[in-house]
Amino acid sequence: MNDEKKYILDDPKNVKRIIHAFYVLCAGLVAADFFVHRHTYHDWEKFPAFYAVFGFVACVILVFLAILMRKVVMRKEDYYEPVDTPSGEDKP
Amino acid sequence: MIDLFWTMPSYMVFFIAAALALFTKGHLRSLIMVATPIISGLFLWQTGQGDAVAVSAQLLDYELLPFRTDKLSLLFGYLFNIAAFMAIIFSLHIRDTYQHVSGLIYAGSALGAVFAGDYITLFAFLEIMAVSSAFLIWARGTEKAIASGMRYLIIQVISGLLLLAGALFAVHETGTLALSELSLESVSGLLIFCAIGIKAAFPLVHNWVTDAYPEATPTGSVFLCIFTTKTAVYLLARSFPGEEVLIYVGVIMACFPIFYAVIENDLRRVLAYSMINQIGFMVVGIGIGTELAINGAVATAFNHVIYKGLLFMSMGAVLHVTGRINGSDLGGLYKSMPKTTIFCIIGAASISAFPLFSGFVSKAMIMTAVIYEGYDWIWLALLFAAAGVFHHAGIKIPYFAFYAHDSGLRTSEAPKNMLVAMAIAAAFCIGVGCYPYILYGLLPYETDYTAYDTTHVLTQMQLLCFSALAFVWLNLRGFYPPELRSTNLDVEWIYRKFMPCSIRCGIALLKPAYCGVIKLACTAFEFSIIRTLVRNHGPESALTRTWPIGSMVLWVAILLSIYLILNFFM
Repeated sequence: MNDEKKYILDDPKNVKRIIHAFYVLCAGLVAADFFVHRHTYHDWEKFPAFYAVFGFVACVILVFLAILMRKVVMRKEDYYEPVDTPSGEDKP
Repeated sequence: MIDLFWTMPSYMVFFIAAALALFTKGHLRSLIMVATPIISGLFLWQTGQGDAVAVSAQLLDYELLPFRTDKLSLLFGYLFNIAAFMAIIFSLHIRDTYQHVSGLIYAGSALGAVFAGDYITLFAFLEIMAVSSAFLIWARGTEKAIASGMRYLIIQVISGLLLLAGALFAVHETGTLALSELSLESVSGLLIFCAIGIKAAFPLVHNWVTDAYPEATPTGSVFLCIFTTKTAVYLLARSFPGEEVLIYVGVIMACFPIFYAVIENDLRRVLAYSMINQIGFMVVGIGIGTELAINGAVATAFNHVIYKGLLFMSMGAVLHVTGRINGSDLGGLYKSMPKTTIFCIIGAASISAFPLFSGFVSKAMIMTAVIYEGYDWIWLALLFAAAGVFHHAGIKIPYFAFYAHDSGLRTSEAPKNMLVAMAIAAAFCIGVGCYPYILYGLLPYETDYTAYDTTHVLTQMQLLCFSALAFVWLNLRGFYPPELRSTNLDVEWIYRKFMPCSIRCGIALLKPAYCGVIKLACTAFEFSIIRTLVRNHGPESALTRTWPIGSMVLWVAILLSIYLILNFFM
């Protein structure tokens, strides 16, 4: 690995920086909710930072339900065809 | 004369090109293939300048309309030409006549289906589509691909037969073969609804998409993801606008596949699931049926073909270069494939509907239409689906392929033609996202819709960024489900496992009974017939025994004397 080129995300510090910048962006978007007047069609939307909360909660629920679903639907990779040899590329 | 020339159905160009491609090779074939969608597009543009065109022909007593244009079909026509152009460039590096010819025929017949004005023409083109596209799956050459292609073909043919049956009922009911708006209360409407429903991957009949598309060749899956399902969306918009049941069907389609997409390992299968989710949005739009909703559905179909094509191209490039496509085997590819990474991210941003990317300007039309019509819960479910799309297609695909843990794979960048195709698609994604007004002008209804206002941009950014935040949080806490080599059961289990198994079990159970019956029959046969035969005809039996000549003479003498006596008295 030493002789290989170092890439930008190989350094954990850079990854941290990107994540922190992302946190700032998220905070900014919620803060903007209090300064910008949103026109709303629906009462639910009047809830402060409705979209932010909804997006976060929806995705967490999605992932946890999907993990639960794995318990029911997950089978071995060769469940349908026990004998097969996968190959990838296009024919030349 | 020249006018007549320009009204030649533009799809004919594809069939002529397919014939030429069969007998050419190398650069000449590449040239023919690249020129095909351009020439076909020119024809179409010329047709689109004038009034609506209808070319008619006679079949027995019925009038056929093999080429009929209006605003809706023209938009899909342009779309299919653009998409075919991308897909063709993407496939130039291969030297496989099979794939090139079937790709051209597939694209041509999809255009034919869009411009068909009657059911017989439509049926014919849909069947050509089914067969030609199956070759794109079989071209992969693996056992899995061949089996999967066969299942795909069977399902497509079933759909075609339902359409034909529906068309016959329609003729009986209305006396004409022409395509028209249908109602679900008539038998013809119901049959045709089922036929189109199969092609649109409605829930319970959706598995052909997730079964076949990931098994196709890298280039084949790009062709496949463009045409069949979008032809179905077009036909729904044509035949069933405003049919309320579509809203509920659509919302189920938008929601359930995202769960599968989160746990699926094969990244092209993730894309196939996310495709069903996107078609769900379009189906809801068609079900709402207002001008805004139909415009939204059609615009989403337009954008979807391009960004989904771009995502399938980027995953195809990964598969082509590395030979792998499972999330568990990939990671860290941004180091060797930086350009493909950027194109994939553009596709991901577009499907997630980030402002300035194409998904943003179309999906919002559907959402707005839903809330205008007062379907609150449907709207909420679609919002959930929209967050979910970003989660699995927007983040998962680029993250697991190009970032995540470094798989140690070091490859070269994708071939040039693939990069060019991806660049064209990416340019469309950004172009339409930044300047949607050309697309809006092509929509079936006039619209003054503006996607870019503060509220919409802010709310969409909040939704997406906090979905991403959930991903970051789950990942850092180690809650995010790891990519595992696995198969996830879906409805296809019924026809891939349950039915074959029950037939096998049935045979195993019935075999002793069957054997018993056969044995009994054999015994009865032996006793009744064979024994009698042996008694009479077997060795030394009455009829095969050798008789002395004397006894024969005696019997002849007896017979003759009986004859004489009878003769004497008569």
